[in-house]
Order: sequence, then structure tokens, then C-alpha cells
Amino acid sequence: MTDALVLLVVVPIAASLFPVALGGRFERIGWFVAAAMGLVHLGLSATVAARVLEGGSISYAVGGFEPPFGIELVADGVSAPLLVLVSLSTLGVLAYARRAGPHSNAFYSELALLTAGISGVFATADVFNLYVFLEITGLATYALVASGRSPRAALASLKYLFVGTIGASLYLLGVGYLYIMTGTLNMADLTGAVASVGYTSPAILTSFGLIVTGLLVKVAVFPLHTWQPGAYAESPDTVSAYISALVSTAAAYALVRIIYAVYTTEFLDAVPLAGDALVALASVSIVVGAVLAVMQSDLKRMLAYSSVSQFGLVVAAIGLANETALVGAVVHLVGHAVMKGGLFLTVGVFATGLGVRTVEDFAGLAAKAPVSSAAFAVLAFSMVGIPPAVGFVGKWNIVVGAVEAGAWPVAAVVVVSTLLTLAYFGRVIERMYFTAPEPEADAVSTDGGNDTVEVSFGMRAVVVVSAVAAVVLGVLGSDLIAVVQPVLEVYF
Amino acid sequence: MMDLLTTHYNYVASILLFGIGLYVVMGSPNLVKKIIGMNIFQVGIFLFFVTTGYVDGGAPPVVGHGEETFVSPLPHVLILTAIVVGVSLTAVALALVIRIYDGYGSLDEDVIKEVQVDD
Repeated sequence: MTDALVLLVVVPIAASLFPVALGGRFERIGWFVAAAMGLVHLGLSATVAARVLEGGSISYAVGGFEPPFGIELVADGVSAPLLVLVSLSTLGVLAYARRAGPHSNAFYSELALLTAGISGVFATADVFNLYVFLEITGLATYALVASGRSPRAALASLKYLFVGTIGASLYLLGVGYLYIMTGTLNMADLTGAVASVGYTSPAILTSFGLIVTGLLVKVAVFPLHTWQPGAYAESPDTVSAYISALVSTAAAYALVRIIYAVYTTEFLDAVPLAGDALVALASVSIVVGAVLAVMQSDLKRMLAYSSVSQFGLVVAAIGLANETALVGAVVHLVGHAVMKGGLFLTVGVFATGLGVRTVEDFAGLAAKAPVSSAAFAVLAFSMVGIPPAVGFVGKWNIVVGAVEAGAWPVAAVVVVSTLLTLAYFGRVIERMYFTAPEPEADAVSTDGGNDTVEVSFGMRAVVVVSAVAAVVLGVLGSDLIAVVQPVLEVYF
Repeated sequence: MMDLLTTHYNYVASILLFGIGLYVVMGSPNLVKKIIGMNIFQVGIFLFFVTTGYVDGGAPPVVGHGEETFVSPLPHVLILTAIVVGVSLTAVALALVIRIYDGYGSLDEDVIKEVQVDD
């Protein structure tokens, strides 16, 4: 049943047609189509994951054209858990969107398209196919960001479109250089082909620079992050949760695949500047992202800058070319998706239920919404990296990897970033639990309360489940590492 | 230098297109012109791919055409896909521009910034 792998992409694309096609007749069919798609997707990704756990990686030749000539899809110990993560995030976000919306059918079509794009990025083993899936992901994300009705959302989306397109085009240009030098687009085939051309060949170096820069734009690492805070902050809560959990994660995964499967660690050894530059850029990103997060008053913007910082950690770990650090990077990718998606949804619950959106408003919130506040606190502490939550497992491996690689500055930066993370989450939690609500602020929130929707059970449940998942994943961290490690080991 | 221009003018043209496109995206305050710039930038990449796929005296890889030198059709096919992606991006971008114009009554970035501050 390797067909399940290609169906992970085909089913969402097919599903994306129905909400628009049937929307004229049935007003609210979008959610049901998307929910059915999510369940099928979960079944398929579970099938793929079961197969991978049983017998290592599985591969599918699209259209019956054998690789390296045809397009190949591959699921292994790294991509299979990420595919399951896509299904679960989709279902979680849908459970939340049932009440919170957006309710338009077009929204659910775009959501299905995004699911297809991200699944494709995780599954593909072909560098040009990866470009196509990155662009499907991008297009769906631009549309989703703009599904907030305000012109601000449209402007944020257009800004994202310009930056994202240029990033993807740079990636495409890099693929062009690779193809000219090697004559192949299949990742496994490229490994040997790049080596035989020579790692220090100017064209190979150019392709590396272009591809990595293009992907770093999509990952949103400082200074290429400018599109990201606007896009996360202006889109509806449902959308910010979904894209913060998966879109940058997909790009970061692509970065891991390209650097380690196509260029390999020998390239990083032959061209030390490549890894050093990545690590340096990422370290700056970790610190600047966290500092900018501390400065924000809008909660969603704070979480957005926090992502810039957290993805800095992942990219630094990728650049270190150390096995432990790379395992940490993948674990942190999964963990970040759960934590950040959950945090955005929690902030969404506060905003819908109580109309609070800024750090100021959070005063005394724990008394009004004890369950959601507890979930927020758990997720925030997990993001800081307090054991046993999943944030700790990822960061710990990255720090240990940095020490093993002898990169003491990186280890120091990660530790400092943990303190900064504590700084920006700490001030929110302090307000929630230990500051009495100001009577004036209270009046404002009841004013704003007119257009708030009642928070549904589904919305609360998703928030609690994500908090629990962050802790459970942390406890099961060694099992996750056991699944991921055999795949990453091969690269070293 | 002249030699490079006469033998590799197609590469020079594609690099000029990148540069012009990128400059318009970054330099112009008008959102529609930025979209045009983005298109020019992408066309530069399309030209780059197509030009690398060209083989002097090559024949299409079809039975009954040519004898020795064949051309790989792959770069051209890739660009066909990339053109479709580019068209979709332009469509989405123009749709967003309509929304922005409805909201702010202008397509000039500087004017939009002023309107946002006034809000």
C-alpha cells in the first residue's frame, strides 16, 4: 500500500474542489468536506507511518515513471511523523474552526490546498517537485492570510506574496544550477552527482547559496522574516495557528533534506563557510527574534517573533552538522508545531471569549478563564524548555550537539535565548496569574465583549489537548528520537 | 567582454531581467508595479532555464527527428510548470490589490502607510 503516500497529496487536492463546487447549493458544506478530508488524511498518514515503523522507508514512483527519471515520493522515519503531525494539526484546527470560523467555503478549499502542499513538501524526493509544492503551500497561505476581512490582512498577505515568491524563485534558480551541473532532479540521485561534479565548483556553490537563501525566506529567519509577523498577526486566529504550526516547519524540513540528502555533510566539511554562515545567521535570528518578542504588546505579534527565534534554533542546529543537534532540530520542529499552534489557538480562545488581545489585557485572566490559562502556561513553559515538556527535549539535544561540535558560542546563545523566552512568556504569565485586573480595562473588555462569540467546547478541547500533547511528547521524547535517529544517522 | 556579450547574450539578458525585476519590486511604491516587477524577475528565471536547455543543432528527442544530438525537453517542461505557478501568483496578487484598493483608496505604499497611521 505505497499508494497511501501519493493519496496524502491527492485526497486534499481533490477535497479542495468540493467546498467551492457545492458551496452554491449547501452553505456550510466546507467544514464537513474538510473534516472528512482530515480524517482520511489521518488514516493515510497512519498507514504510511505504520509501514515506515515496520520496514524502514517506503517510496512511490508517480505515474509509474521509475526514479530518477520520474518523480519519487518517499516516507521515512523523519517525514512519516511529520505527515502524521500534518493530519493531527488539520483536525485540531478544524475542531477549533467549527465555531470560530472563518465560515466561508472558500476558506475550507484553501485549507485543503494548504494541507496538500505541506504533505507534498514532506513527502517529495524531487527538488523541482519540492518547488511546486512549496508554491502550492505559498499560494494557499497567501489566500488564507487574506481571509481576514480587513485591508490590513490583504496588505500583509501581499507583502508575504512578494517576499515568498522571490524566495521560491531563488530556490528555483538554485535548482536550475544544480540541474545544469548534474542533469538530474532526484534527491537520492543528486547526492552522488553533486559529489562527482565537485563540492567547490562555483556552480554548485551558487546553487547552494540560492537554494538555502530561498528556503530561509520561507522559514522566516532574521533578516528574511519581515513578512512573517504581519502575516501571523493579521490573519484569523485559526489561520495563524495552522500556518505557524506547519508552513515554516515544512520549509525547515526541506532545508534539512536538501542540505543533508543532496549536499551532504561532506559538502559542509569541504565548504566550512556554508555551515558557519548558517549558524551565524541563525544565532543572530535567535537573539533578535526573542528581543523583538519581548518588545511586543500584541500577543499574536509576540508569538510571531517568538517563531523567528525558535526557527533560528532549528537552523543553527542544521548548520552545526552534528548528529545530536540535527535530531534536536527535528524534534524541535515537531514540538514547535504543537506548542506554537496551541499557543495561537489559546490566544484565539481569549480573544473570542473575552476580547483580550494585548499583554495589558491579560491582567487577572487566570481567574476568568482558568482552563485556557493553565493550557497557555503549560505551552509557554514548554516553549521555554522546562522538562518534561517537548520544548526541553529539542533544546537539550541542540545544546548537547553544539557542545559536541565544539560550538560554545551557539550553546551560549541557546541558553541565553531560553532566558529571553522566559522573559517574554514570563511577563504574560505574571499578568495572568498575579496581577489584579484593572477595573477600567475590565470595562473596555465588556465593551468589546459585544461582538465576541461564545467559546465552544471544541475550541477549549483543542487548546487543552495541545497542552497535554506538548507534555506527553516530551515524556515520549526518547521514542520520537528512536524513530528519527536511524534516518538522520545515515547522513553522518 | 565583447566576446561574452556576443556568445552569451542570452545569459546576460536573463541576469538583466532579474536585476530589473528585483529593483522594481523593491524600489517602486506602487503595488501594481511591484507585481509587474515580480513578473519580470520570474521571466528572467524562465529565460535562464530555457536558454540552458538549448543545444546548438540539437533535435527533439522524437523518433525520426535528427540523428546524433538530441535536446533534453526537461528544462522546458519545468518552465511550463513554473509559468503556470507564476500566472496563479499574479492572479492572487491582483485579487489582493483589489481588496487593498477598496480598503485604502490607493495603491501607493506611502499613502497606505499614512492612512494606517491615521486609523
